[in-house]
Amino acid sequence: MTVKARLTALSVALCLALPLSVPGPATAQGFAGLGAEAESFAVPDPDTEFAFPADHLPHPDYRIEWWYLTANLEAADGTPYGVQWTLFRSARRPGTAPGWQADQLWMGHAALTSAGQHRVAERLGRGGTGQAGVTEAPFEAFIDDWTLRSRAADGADALSSVQLTARGADFAYDLALDATGPLIFQGDDGYSVKSPEGQASYYYSQPFYEVAGTLSLPEGDVAVTGTAWLDREWSSQPLSETQTGWDWFSLNFDSGDKLMGFGLRSTDGSHFTSATWITATGATRPYGDGALSVTPLETADVAGRDIPVRWRVTLPEEGLDITTEPLNPQAWMDTLFPYWEGPISLSGSHPGRGYLEMTGYPPRE
Amino acid sequence: MMMRTGMSALLAHWRRHPIQLATLLIGLALATALWSGVQAINAEARASYDRAAGALGQGTLDRLVSAEGVTLGDFADLRRAGYVVTPLVEGTLALGETRLTLRGIDPLTAPPGLGNAAIAGDDTALDGLLSEDGLLLVAPETARGLPRDGLPPLRLSGQVDQGTALTEITTAQRLLGVEELTALVLAPEQPFGLPAIETATRLTRIEGQSGGDLARLTDSFHLNLTAFGLLSFAVGLFIVQSAIGLAFEQRRATFRTLRALGLPLSRLMVLLAAELSLIALLAGIAGIALGYAIAATLLPGVAGTLRGLYGADVSGQLGFDPLWALSALAIALLGAGLAGAQALWRVAQMPLLAPARPRAWAMANARALRLQGAFAAALLGASLGLAIWGDGLVLAFACLAALLIGAALALPPVLIGTLRLLRPLARGPVGGWLLADARQQVPALSLALMALLLALSANIGVGTMVGSFRTTFTGWLDQRLAAELYVTARTPSEAQAIRAAVAPEVDAILPVWSVDVTVAAQPAEIFGIVDHPTYRDNWPLLRAEPQVWDRIAAGDAVLVNEQLFRREALALGEPIAITPDWTLPIAGVYSDYGNPAGQLITGIEALDQRFPNRPRLRFALRVDPEAVPDLVAMLRDRFDLPAANVIDQAQVKALSLRIFDQTFLVSGALNVLTLGVAGFAILTSLLTLSTLRLPQLAPVWALGLTPGRLGRLEVARTALLALLTWAVAVPVGLLLAWVLLAIANVEAFGWRLPMVLFPAQWLWLALAALAAAILACLWPVYRLTRLPPSHLLRVFANDR
Repeated sequence: MTVKARLTALSVALCLALPLSVPGPATAQGFAGLGAEAESFAVPDPDTEFAFPADHLPHPDYRIEWWYLTANLEAADGTPYGVQWTLFRSARRPGTAPGWQADQLWMGHAALTSAGQHRVAERLGRGGTGQAGVTEAPFEAFIDDWTLRSRAADGADALSSVQLTARGADFAYDLALDATGPLIFQGDDGYSVKSPEGQASYYYSQPFYEVAGTLSLPEGDVAVTGTAWLDREWSSQPLSETQTGWDWFSLNFDSGDKLMGFGLRSTDGSHFTSATWITATGATRPYGDGALSVTPLETADVAGRDIPVRWRVTLPEEGLDITTEPLNPQAWMDTLFPYWEGPISLSGSHPGRGYLEMTGYPPRE
Repeated sequence: MMMRTGMSALLAHWRRHPIQLATLLIGLALATALWSGVQAINAEARASYDRAAGALGQGTLDRLVSAEGVTLGDFADLRRAGYVVTPLVEGTLALGETRLTLRGIDPLTAPPGLGNAAIAGDDTALDGLLSEDGLLLVAPETARGLPRDGLPPLRLSGQVDQGTALTEITTAQRLLGVEELTALVLAPEQPFGLPAIETATRLTRIEGQSGGDLARLTDSFHLNLTAFGLLSFAVGLFIVQSAIGLAFEQRRATFRTLRALGLPLSRLMVLLAAELSLIALLAGIAGIALGYAIAATLLPGVAGTLRGLYGADVSGQLGFDPLWALSALAIALLGAGLAGAQALWRVAQMPLLAPARPRAWAMANARALRLQGAFAAALLGASLGLAIWGDGLVLAFACLAALLIGAALALPPVLIGTLRLLRPLARGPVGGWLLADARQQVPALSLALMALLLALSANIGVGTMVGSFRTTFTGWLDQRLAAELYVTARTPSEAQAIRAAVAPEVDAILPVWSVDVTVAAQPAEIFGIVDHPTYRDNWPLLRAEPQVWDRIAAGDAVLVNEQLFRREALALGEPIAITPDWTLPIAGVYSDYGNPAGQLITGIEALDQRFPNRPRLRFALRVDPEAVPDLVAMLRDRFDLPAANVIDQAQVKALSLRIFDQTFLVSGALNVLTLGVAGFAILTSLLTLSTLRLPQLAPVWALGLTPGRLGRLEVARTALLALLTWAVAVPVGLLLAWVLLAIANVEAFGWRLPMVLFPAQWLWLALAALAAAILACLWPVYRLTRLPPSHLLRVFANDR
């Protein structure tokens, strides 16, 4: 492992900061509330050992953190769906405060994607009021009535079995998730480097969920089954000045193997890539910058922007060469800080399904 | 070529008669200005309501409240149950003489429109709001009146209502010294698939008052303004019509000549229409400028009125809307068209070889007069019917309109009849001629006299209403503000200390404690009072059951204010639900002017039992008036109380009356303007007549009356007509006042006022009417006295 000096904030977390300022990638660094006190936030250390269940819980001394869940689902008739559930935490200063004092701000994003429709909901709140937060026993990450609640048996990992609910203006879902594999630690045992300068975050995942549950839609309930993937990340520092956005893939191959891979785009056009190959049994092979390559093949007009909706993803070391297709090219998260997030299908050397997140694509001039 | 010659021939007339041109332009400009000015004021006020409808302050969204207070726990419980609610803390902050309404919101959960507009586009506002110091978002007008010390930093925002500061919830709680929430506000759209919120909470839901309600509430006021505007416009059109009529009459010779020279009639009509349009355009532009000036001058007063009467916040600043300017131009063109249509029609009908003799205007026509009288009687009958059977504000105003128009139409027949009746009283042939000539002139002057009648009646009516209201209000203030001193402590412990300190100095300490409740699905306030002669002897009860004060003291009954009583059509003895589990019978009704909300009173012990945890900070002190200054000094010294927390009776009264007077400032200003326009209408009518009447005056002159004597007689005749008009206006004005007081006020505000007569005011108006009429006839009379005898002689020489 190379100990690179500085960290980068994982940009997604800035979603939380951004709605409080001007939406848009240009202000990724600009959450004004983090002035001088921001310096007192903790920074990730590559030698830290993870400890559970403590590390499933919030780390209020770090500026940003999230519980990020995506699911590829299917109705009994084969109709594919995608579900997203995210709880972001952003701290105005380290530590917590009771009541209305807004030291810890929380944001929830939920989405339900089908081929024809992409439904989105968003919630904001502050810690201390009881409206949003994460509790230990039983484990529950929540904002309003959206919850990620542990159903795990005593002694099992709290996240090995969870119930997931969310509700928007025109949809709701209630899903039972059961893990068939272990937690996966991304990068160097959970220390995930994000830039050539070495900025990093703590990052682990649970990619082995089997899902069963119900989607509630205005036209009626739909019973679904499928797979889900949970990402947990926390960090403190913003993106480097030169990073404008990222393209992030979580892929489930029919073979049972999985891949987490991302490319962080720089203003000079270069990509900083990182990947973790996860075998069906839960063994991991991390790959540093350059091993993974992601290439846009086709763009679509989404919310007045040119968004690459088809990609070529290659990782020669694993013999991977695939093309991704979106279930719904218009999977636009029209939230305060907008981005693209939706289910994809994979063809080529490793067919399968997955999720793609793309941020930092500015509107056309 | 012909067109140009024709046009220059037509326009030459105005060069030779600059005063006539000025009259026409001024009349049209005045009419346009008053109408468009009133429109601008109305538009500005409506825009303010729309803004308010999008904000939280006017309670446009449904709220959840509780008499016991709303807690953080209530908020969290509902959010965790999936309901989109957002907390709200509201209160009034006393800063010296200024009162600032604080509205604390949670910017994270507030739905769009809940003050978010003020934050949007200002990326540091939210950070400021959430910072330790907090941030107050205020309108620029509000910021000017605020002290710099002791408040969080200010940020200016045009999106915040005047007199209000938008801030973050913790800042509002800190400044107001409260821990609980005022209410939870429900987002208009709740998430998918949730049961009704009533099943999920102990809190009471209050229907939001939509901006439409505010608009409806203030409709009466705007209708009032529009009526004034329309009245002024109509009066202005009288001026324009007489000026245009005169100009056309005088140019009959020109028209004949032009036609004889070969100008086709259609061309002539086009030229005249173009000329009229040009004049209307010029007058319209002047009218827009004048109208804007009038609106800008009156708007602060209107804003004061709306705030005083309805609690509606209207910005005192006038915007400029190009659409408004265009509509003002259109109304000027329309007005000129209306006024000129008759003249153009006559030109079109004029035979090619018509004699160039000026034709006297519409002569007294007995049949037309009878028809007009019948129409007037029908209108007055309709007005009476509406007064008896009508219901609702619009019908009340319809009743007013029928009364005014009917009276105006009835004026010429009444004047002619009166002059006929006066005939036997006339001494000598000159007196007889004067009366007969006056009668002869009534039809020609009737439009101007009607304008005068309308202006005078409106003056008397509105004056009587405002005067009655003020007399009642002053008496009511004396009753209601019986205590000498009103003290507000900042904390409960300070309240205790103050009570202990003043106890030896005062005759009685009367607590003034209230709780916000929901009565008949509307917010109301209930006060608890102690049993004391201050109330028994002074309280302005309108109706009461026997032993009312004993029952109130025992907490067995409530008093309700007149607004609530009328709005809910309550009856004495009827039970009223104060909270879901607390119902008391109504033992009395009291007047409560200037308060848009419902109010109730019961015994303080009963209220204490129900709401043991309300802060008790205010009380009234009964004390020898002589001792008040010392007591005030002592309280301020010992407790360092701000000036606003120790208020003596005289201050409250002065403040209340000042607000009252400001409330009716606009009516006064519009009254003066209307009277001015009516005076101007008389001037133009007389100017028009002065040349037309030569055939009538010449014979009298030939019989030996000097021009000077004729002039004096002209003045006397105008004064006589003005006085007679005034005599008709007095009863019409009183009827108007009665409709306003007994019907319109009850519909609009919920209170009925006794009518008080102010004869001195009528006499002043008689003088004003005389002055206006005499001033108006001075110029025509001066011209008459200067008339060369040849002009008069020519009357006999002309080809009649």
